[in-house]
Amino acid sequence: MLNQVRPAVVSMLLFTLLLGGAYPAVVTLAGGAMFPAQAEGSFVRNDQGVVVGSSLIGQATTSPQYLWPRPSAAGDGYNAAGSSGSNLGPLNPALAERGAADAAAVRAYAPPGAAIPADAVTTSGSGLDPDISPEFADLQVERIATARGIDPALVREAIAAHTQGRLLGFIGQPRVNVLMTNLALDRDHPLTAATR
Amino acid sequence: MNWQGWAEIALTLGLALALGWPLGVFMSRVWNGEKTWLDPVLRPVERVFYAATGVDPNKSQSWIGYGASLIAFNLFGFVLLYAMLRLQGVLPLNPQGFAGVTPDLAFNTAVSFVTNTNWQNYGGETTMSHFTQMAGLTVQNFVSAATGAAIAAALARAFAGNKLSGVGNFWADLVRTTLYVLLPLSIVFGVALIGTGVVQNFAASVTATTLDGANQTISVAPAASQLAIKQLGINGGGIFNVNSAHPFENPSPLSNLLTAVAINTLGWAAFFAFGRTAIARKDIRALATAAILILAAGASVIYVTESQPAPALVAAGVENPVYMEGKETRFGIASTAAWAAQTTGASNGSVNGMHDSFSPLGGGMAMLLMMLGEILPGGIGSGIAIMVVMAVLSVFVAGLMVGRTPEYLGKKIEAREIQFAMVALLIVPLSTLGFAALTVAWPGALASLFNPGAHGLSELLYAYTSATANNGSAFGGISANVPWWNTTLGFAMLLGRFVPIVAVLAIAGSLAAKPKLAPSAGTLPTQGTLFVGLLIGIIIILGALQYFPALALGPIVEHFQVLEALGAN
Repeated sequence: MLNQVRPAVVSMLLFTLLLGGAYPAVVTLAGGAMFPAQAEGSFVRNDQGVVVGSSLIGQATTSPQYLWPRPSAAGDGYNAAGSSGSNLGPLNPALAERGAADAAAVRAYAPPGAAIPADAVTTSGSGLDPDISPEFADLQVERIATARGIDPALVREAIAAHTQGRLLGFIGQPRVNVLMTNLALDRDHPLTAATR
Repeated sequence: MNWQGWAEIALTLGLALALGWPLGVFMSRVWNGEKTWLDPVLRPVERVFYAATGVDPNKSQSWIGYGASLIAFNLFGFVLLYAMLRLQGVLPLNPQGFAGVTPDLAFNTAVSFVTNTNWQNYGGETTMSHFTQMAGLTVQNFVSAATGAAIAAALARAFAGNKLSGVGNFWADLVRTTLYVLLPLSIVFGVALIGTGVVQNFAASVTATTLDGANQTISVAPAASQLAIKQLGINGGGIFNVNSAHPFENPSPLSNLLTAVAINTLGWAAFFAFGRTAIARKDIRALATAAILILAAGASVIYVTESQPAPALVAAGVENPVYMEGKETRFGIASTAAWAAQTTGASNGSVNGMHDSFSPLGGGMAMLLMMLGEILPGGIGSGIAIMVVMAVLSVFVAGLMVGRTPEYLGKKIEAREIQFAMVALLIVPLSTLGFAALTVAWPGALASLFNPGAHGLSELLYAYTSATANNGSAFGGISANVPWWNTTLGFAMLLGRFVPIVAVLAIAGSLAAKPKLAPSAGTLPTQGTLFVGLLIGIIIILGALQYFPALALGPIVEHFQVLEALGAN
């Protein structure tokens, strides 16, 4: 066994230099040169250069003039320094309670009798889901239009502009990016003195 | 369920298998020491390793020498990683200022990454510094995968050769698999992943001012470099707490497709590499056929079960109340179902949705795919090695039925091989069920469970299944970062990793010394449909029946409770 010590120790140290040092450095340099925005975290800045979020990371939004994200189990909601799902099992009473409360909250603003989609009353795996389903976005159109004092068709337009379909028509799910839609709404239909 | 979902599942599973073929040929050339097109760049690096370690890569080791080298390398890897975790607070590249990891968590984590399990009793972005993630965890992601591949290379040589005294050189297998296969693929894949949106930098976090005027601290990390080898090496440990559900680790359907395919690609490649090195391509194709059939069935079951009505959503009056709790909008049911089957059929363990919130039978199927032995296609090399053990057992059972001495790939299968095969296969249920039973009886251990009732038992059973199978996925509600769980899960990982490895090497040593026989009229054909059927039967009987009583108390009883709850609505 003693003659195994040198190769074990030396090879492990060489691997640490190569795979723990050189390898991540190469990927960081090459990836950072080719895709700097993505490597940084796909952050979105406003006109003043202030980071308002990442296009990939959902954020808690509760003002009526904005599209709202799904419920979140990350911290108090959308804690992007501590991603988490709810991990509630299908029969956990806490899941039914929360689902009922979330559904009631949606019904408070959704058009009467509108169907509620599953993503509106469930937390995502990460707690940081940047997207909602087009059906969930549709439920929020009236609320946003009223708060901004604009035609609902304009809200639908903004949502449609930030809706992505399935990749190649069958991979993944259709989805609306909440933050990018909200930024477009603020840009094209800012709140006026009357609606602010 | 819709055609798009079925098409996506078929594409993801099929693409991994298809890519495994050419990569397997390449991997076999690497194992055999043949020329490759990467030689001009990598040969000099390889020579540095041999010169510094004083190893002669052409010296074939006996199975005991090979095993001793393997154990020594892994033991020192454990010691080094344990030290890094404990000393994290004083080591560099720690912008978040994380303290050293507690002894029990450091033990669990070091064992977890050395055994290619990547079970995580911690949240990455709240516990581990960039230094630990790169110099510690990323390195083990590579070398633990190469360790698994080495086993398959040794076993393949044993089948191919005629009265050999050795099974190959562990150091050569380790260094060559890492340098020629894992490293180049990871560099290309890592950079490509950044292109899809995966984050890669060394800041601690970025603070955003949200539209509502609040501050949102967003953790970032060198994620792409670790993610690439986490999937290609079939490791599975996420840099963030929620693993591949995190938008920075898996931002889009494209990144999801690429990383899901990567979960199985090198597992299949090791199948085909084994076939080429053992000079038994058609026989190994039969094993791959059996494996892909079971995996596809598993993925289908999860897609169907996750598409059923979830009682909590039915009660809330939701339209199309599928199991969306714990799933991302961009992935939905189909991408998450395919991933769940791929990650548990291989010993990967990364997740893109929370298995704890799956339907009872969906979560149960994920558990069952691990219980079948991590051979669908399993880890790189570790999967095909155990699959070959299953095949050896199958010819033995067939031999008993017709009263002939069984042989497989031209080697006689005798008492010694079957004894070690049983050791390799039976340690898994022994550790899984043994630790689970002990934990049920241990005072206070159940306080770590999150969900009540039968689902709580599933959480516990899933944990020891995942640890012993070296998978690493979890019913994540469990709070296992306490000494009892850290310690027992650590030992489950060690038993599930090294007992089968030693047993497989013993089989390799025994077979290598035997003469290579030409097939005779009495040889059971091991290339056709009949053998595929026999093999599937053996895998399911051996895997499923041992665990049936435990599964009945967890997922199966919960399924009937769900039906009852749906009936009451």
